[in-house]
Amino acid sequence: MKSPSSPPSPVAEPTIHVQTAPFDVGASLAALTHGHHDIGGIGCFIGLVRDTPEKLTALTLEQYPGMTERALHTIATQAITRFALLGCTIIHRHGRLALGEPIVLVLTASAHRQPALDATAFLIDWLKTRAPFWKQEHAADGTSRWVDAQPDDDAAAARWS
Amino acid sequence: MGHAEETLPLPPTVATVAQLIAWLRARNPAGAHTFDPAAPIRAAVNQTFATPETTLTDQDEVAFFPPVTGG
Repeated sequence: MKSPSSPPSPVAEPTIHVQTAPFDVGASLAALTHGHHDIGGIGCFIGLVRDTPEKLTALTLEQYPGMTERALHTIATQAITRFALLGCTIIHRHGRLALGEPIVLVLTASAHRQPALDATAFLIDWLKTRAPFWKQEHAADGTSRWVDAQPDDDAAAARWS
Repeated sequence: MGHAEETLPLPPTVATVAQLIAWLRARNPAGAHTFDPAAPIRAAVNQTFATPETTLTDQDEVAFFPPVTGG
């Protein structure tokens, strides 16, 4: 526990939300930049529910309440340290999401463009492989199946280690 | 093992995640397929990813789940 006399941490605190509701990109961007005049660039990634050759109608994302939010906070803090970010927001939805719906928002703020873009790629590669979510696909024919871990995503995440 | 959630005192022979799995398999052989080595399972202790060697104490929260498929 921090004592009241400890100096304020120079490391930015990430904003993490794991929620069923849609997110407002504009509001999140405004909250991230409010009061900052040292930010020169924002990296942004928005993930959407995409159709596959199996013809889907929706995805269900299951989380482990508590652990998922904590894991996202940990990786966002690592990104802030690694890329010297001035701020970071991750909003990840769970529950049933129809085709075309937004799933995830990643925002990274930095003094210059390259760390913001690199941190965005780092975070999304991690989210695709290591984030505690379990994905179920609902096909147009009424069947559902749990998705297995994807080797391609593991390779993408490995380039950061 | 047929439960979403269960609270139990830490058995005296259990000090690690691997020993807890062995104990659960022995207690309920009909549900032992949950921990079939051919179907990899992941564990978390107190909501942090754990390994088979992670030590356990009474009051810990242990979760078992399939490998994550990400967001």
